[in-house]
Amino acid sequence: MKLHEYQAKQVFADAGIPTPDSQLASDVDGVLEAAGDVGYPVAIKAQVQVGGRGKAGGIELVENDEEAREAADRILGMDLKGIRVERVLVEEAVDFTNELYVGVTMDRGEGKPVAMVSTKGGVNIEEVAAEDPDAIAREHVDPSFGMHPYQARKAVFDAGVDRSVATDVASVLSTLYDLWDARDGADAEINPLMVTADDEVVAADAVMNIDEDALFRQPEIAEMGEEAAAGDDLEAKADEYGFDYVRLDGSVGIIGNGAGLVMTTLDLVDYYGGSPANFLDVGGGAKAERIANALDMVFSDDNVDSVVFNIFGGITRGDEVAKGINEALEQFDEIPKPVVVRLAGTNWEEGMEILNEELVTVEQTLEDAVQRSVEYAEEVDA
Amino acid sequence: MSVLVDEETRVVVQGITGGEGKFHAGQMIEYGTNVVAGAVPGKGGQEVHGVPVYDTVDEAVREENADASVIFVPPAFAGDAIFEALDTDLDLAVAITEGIPTQDMARVNKRLSETDTRLIGPNCPGIITPGEAKLGILPGNIFAEGDVGLVSRSGTLTYQVVDNLTNRGIGQTTAIGIGGDPIIGTDFVDALSAFEDDPDTKAIVMCGEIGGEDEEEAARYIDEHVDTPVVGFIAGRTAPPGKRMGHAGAIVSGSGTGTAESKIEALNDAGVSVGDTPEEVADSVEDLL
Repeated sequence: MKLHEYQAKQVFADAGIPTPDSQLASDVDGVLEAAGDVGYPVAIKAQVQVGGRGKAGGIELVENDEEAREAADRILGMDLKGIRVERVLVEEAVDFTNELYVGVTMDRGEGKPVAMVSTKGGVNIEEVAAEDPDAIAREHVDPSFGMHPYQARKAVFDAGVDRSVATDVASVLSTLYDLWDARDGADAEINPLMVTADDEVVAADAVMNIDEDALFRQPEIAEMGEEAAAGDDLEAKADEYGFDYVRLDGSVGIIGNGAGLVMTTLDLVDYYGGSPANFLDVGGGAKAERIANALDMVFSDDNVDSVVFNIFGGITRGDEVAKGINEALEQFDEIPKPVVVRLAGTNWEEGMEILNEELVTVEQTLEDAVQRSVEYAEEVDA
Repeated sequence: MSVLVDEETRVVVQGITGGEGKFHAGQMIEYGTNVVAGAVPGKGGQEVHGVPVYDTVDEAVREENADASVIFVPPAFAGDAIFEALDTDLDLAVAITEGIPTQDMARVNKRLSETDTRLIGPNCPGIITPGEAKLGILPGNIFAEGDVGLVSRSGTLTYQVVDNLTNRGIGQTTAIGIGGDPIIGTDFVDALSAFEDDPDTKAIVMCGEIGGEDEEEAARYIDEHVDTPVVGFIAGRTAPPGKRMGHAGAIVSGSGTGTAESKIEALNDAGVSVGDTPEEVADSVEDLL
């Protein structure tokens, strides 16, 4: 779960990382008031969860009320890569001499946290990592001890950070690691960490991604997440139901259990000449109600012309799945879209006995089920 | 005929009194697995399916001589349950739980490096040697005894591929679901090495998916160390770049690594034939045997 910049900055500031003065605003008057409080020049920054905001026109530097009004007019309500800008952060403009990058993430290959520092801040750090990997100093951390202060210093000196600010940067990195650790971070980044003319460091941006599996022990962050949620209505509905769901642009709705099997079903729909409308993983051990919710989700997508259910039970039981499908479909006088079901694995025979075959098409193999669902979708298109 | 587990394996089930633990302990016993104990704090002295329950794994190991554990403990407590298993000199711990926080697994990973215990999972279906023992949630009825070793990052995809094999009379030595989380115990390379050392395994099927670089690493290992023929499958060819498909392992970085293309290419370069569908995987295996 990704926090908005203003939320991440608040979390960083509370932990003692220097951040610029800033205020959130949602209309032009609010921007002018905030700018007056913070003092010109200010940066007006769109608060939406997309990369490359600056390039897309979502960040402007302004010197006075007139410029602020114009910029606020432009940015508030604009469409930034598909998301409407509802709020901006009005922030003190930092007069900097240098831009650094500091970050903490999990190195899945090593199975360990890694802290990173680079003097090539202020740019797309993924590009730096791809083109000039040596420009980023990396320090792996033993998660059972946390980051030792010497490791933060080592990373900072290895990166070639100027001695005049090295201690301050090391302190920011240490604090960032501790935050990442305490808050169950997935990624925590400051890019850029600006160095001012009088050798102070300031976090001019803030990224905080939280491990969703750990939200149960991060109640304050989870609360922020409710505010951060944005985007597609269907995806919001999927969040509510707790599904892993991705909307795609095809016509065959796909429901299955387990990410690998659902992805394979998508690949097979494509292989047999159809196009997937979505990825929907009901997860492990789904009960009848969850299955019914999944059908509701997929029926809610107007692009869907047919639905294929691919359930291979392990921890999930075929009879529960069948019950859910029946319950969901029996509410309709007429089934909105043809549904093809393939059940295998745990309790599949019990499931097949329960399944109301007047409501669905049953196929024994994955290949047959996918081909049938593609045919149904083609019939609608024809 | 087997890798890592067999009919002698003495299993303790952590979380045996919970809904899933109880159901699947029953299924394991029915399959013939030698389940000797359960371990649930505060439930010591009870019996589940005729198996004695102890308060700690340590006690279960001491009293019943268990040498493997299967963990059905909710995510908030599962990291601790794995630590408990690792502290008792078991040969094998299988963690079924999905949704364990990654930082907990990083700490587990550190402890794992200090012990001789092998961990499978978490977020995995477990391991099965058909006809002998299953440790986990895999549906036993779809497996058959035979010559093929199978390793997979995805549980349900494992079942699908096994079903395609078994339906045409191709059985398995052992199938290992290694799990799809970012940090796991046993990885492709560990499983490939175990199958390579098993004289009864005549062919290996390896099922991967987009995200991470484990398949690319496995391809390098196959190229250098594996003589047993390997057939591959990669899920997620149609996944759009930048979208997250289910568990955290399945992220397309968009930077050229971790994509289905890069994995398939790496495997092909190592001499592995990669099927477009589970049926094609079975075709290739049939040709090999």
